[in-house]
Amino acid sequence: MNQTYAVAAVTVVVLATVLVGALGLRISRTTSDFYVASRTVKPALNAAAISGEYLSAASFLGIAGLVLLQGPDMLWYPVGYTAGYLVLLVLVAAPLRRSGAYTLSDFAEARLESAQVRRLASLFVVGIGWLYLLPQLQGAGLTLQILTGAPDWLGSVVVAFVVTGAVAAGGMRSITFVQAFQYWLKLTALLVPALFLVAAWVGDDAPRARFDAPAVFQKHTAVRVDDTVRVDFDGPLTLTVSGTVDLVRHDGRPVALDEGTHRIESGTTLRFPEGAEVPRRTTEGSDPLSWSQPLSGGRDGYQLYATYGLILATFLGTMGLPHVAVRFYTSPNGRAARRTTLVVLGLIGAFYLLPPVYGALGRVYAPELALTGAADAAVLVLPERIIGGLAGELLGALLAGGAFAAFLSTASGLTMSVAGVITQDVLPSRGVRHFRLATLLAMAAPLALSVVATNVPVADAVGLAFAVSASSFCPLLILGIWWRRLTPPGAAAGLVVGGGAALTAVMATRAGLAPEGWAHTLMAWPAVWSVPLGFLTMVGVSLATPRHIPAGAAATLARLHLPEDLVGRPQHEGVPR
Amino acid sequence: MSADQTPRREVVTGVPRGTRRPPGHAPARSEISEQTTLGTTYVRSLMRSQLRAALYALGTLALLVGTLPLLFALPAALGGSPGSPEPFAWIALGVAVYPVMWLIARWYVRRAERNERDFTRLVEGR
Repeated sequence: MNQTYAVAAVTVVVLATVLVGALGLRISRTTSDFYVASRTVKPALNAAAISGEYLSAASFLGIAGLVLLQGPDMLWYPVGYTAGYLVLLVLVAAPLRRSGAYTLSDFAEARLESAQVRRLASLFVVGIGWLYLLPQLQGAGLTLQILTGAPDWLGSVVVAFVVTGAVAAGGMRSITFVQAFQYWLKLTALLVPALFLVAAWVGDDAPRARFDAPAVFQKHTAVRVDDTVRVDFDGPLTLTVSGTVDLVRHDGRPVALDEGTHRIESGTTLRFPEGAEVPRRTTEGSDPLSWSQPLSGGRDGYQLYATYGLILATFLGTMGLPHVAVRFYTSPNGRAARRTTLVVLGLIGAFYLLPPVYGALGRVYAPELALTGAADAAVLVLPERIIGGLAGELLGALLAGGAFAAFLSTASGLTMSVAGVITQDVLPSRGVRHFRLATLLAMAAPLALSVVATNVPVADAVGLAFAVSASSFCPLLILGIWWRRLTPPGAAAGLVVGGGAALTAVMATRAGLAPEGWAHTLMAWPAVWSVPLGFLTMVGVSLATPRHIPAGAAATLARLHLPEDLVGRPQHEGVPR
Repeated sequence: MSADQTPRREVVTGVPRGTRRPPGHAPARSEISEQTTLGTTYVRSLMRSQLRAALYALGTLALLVGTLPLLFALPAALGGSPGSPEPFAWIALGVAVYPVMWLIARWYVRRAERNERDFTRLVEGR
């Protein structure tokens, strides 16, 4: 891939982000501006900002990669990300806005009048935020590596610096503008190349992608394996090998490989003949790519269970993501919060029509990505592969810019919310200067982790964050808003048991501790049991501690549900009755 | 940044005269703010109607979208799959679910706003 255009595109996106951020800084005058854009953001701008923030690297790169690897079942990811907003809209949006909470910790404190629950919630906000930031940074590293061959930590560092700078300097006001701009950038960056790619595909007699059979090389293809892999051949195959296979060195001569598993050393180049089946990559516990194994591991009954695990985690996990909750505070009132969410649903729904197109085309034109493990790169390499020439390079550069916008916007939103929590709950005072210090802290931890722990597939680590959020904050929000008998001990127990169980289960699976079979599937996809567990613990412990029902529970619930004009708060819109 | 660009500071000490209604016409409002039994009942009725709207929306989502995995698994479960369900899965998950979800959301937003309007009317005694 020609580096010049791609590097130029990434540079333009980064510069534009800094510029738009600086523009926001000029009009970001007060502390209120800084944190919540003074609550004056109009639904259309706010909705674009929310969408821009929400569509992360997992959406821009990850979905196409997963579809390429595993077929249409993976379409549940974008469906779940969108449906999560629908669930958020009907159960949480307006009351959360009316609670006046800035972060989820604020909500917990306002509703339960307990400093302990507040601290616990803060812990979860920071944890989930970091869990979600990590793949953004790693995705940036991967993208820059593919585009330019730069070492994979460089992209992470670039994103971390730009985001820390933009957030610390401009706060929420400037971030709102940046993110609204980045939504439209991401949509354009995915839409325009998609049109060209589909046109080229039609011109190529529209070859069909097969997902129920192994992918097939469309033409003679050379594949360079950068990391040592073990692959499965479904049948004997003759191919040209330069490098080491099964501990035997070959230098560019045809080799016949039997059916079964083969070990391919790093640096080996394989040349597959046209029509050959793409061998499957096998994963083992020690392989870092086994992160993506739980997704592919399930078959038959497991598959159905895993799908429902994914559905529950994404449908219910969205509402508990720290950067999503913060956004509701910037709406002027509950009614506007609802209308904003409706626009958001339209915007992200429109965006999610596109990544599957890349996944399907990738299965046809770049099937070897499944072998090298760089499926997340499908979106980036397709224009060069299908169209080629200058046009392909320019379109590839556009996609690279869009991908960087995705890392930047989601990472800024997350940093913003994590830093907000750190300022309020860890640092001694709440001035803007402390917020800037908190921004550094919020970004430093995931950056250090991303440099140490490499190769976490983007969509997967995000899935973990969703599962934890669905099992901890979802019960807290839903019960907090709709059930007046929730008590602080109940909420704390539910957070720890539900969220803790989901986190432990997934971590244990990733560490290779889960036994094979159903136990593995149950632990890899915890949401099906951990969400009910969180709810039941919260309800059970609350019922057992009725004396702890907060004194102001009735008043708080009234405030959450009554329209603003009835509670005597200043009215921002609508005719007075 | 010059001083004349900062917004004019206005002091608000009460509801604008024109919109202030004569006392005695909004007893429910004070019932609510003082949390009497009657006021709590008012709030509960609003919560119940809003929760009902939310549950209708969620039920529709579960019925139309949540059952899809079962639907996809059906041919295989019935033994012998004549023709894979793949094209159906692509159309359903790739395209069709999004407008469906948006329509559910729009229905909910309208319903929730109507509930609030009705409630305000009730409380203000109209």
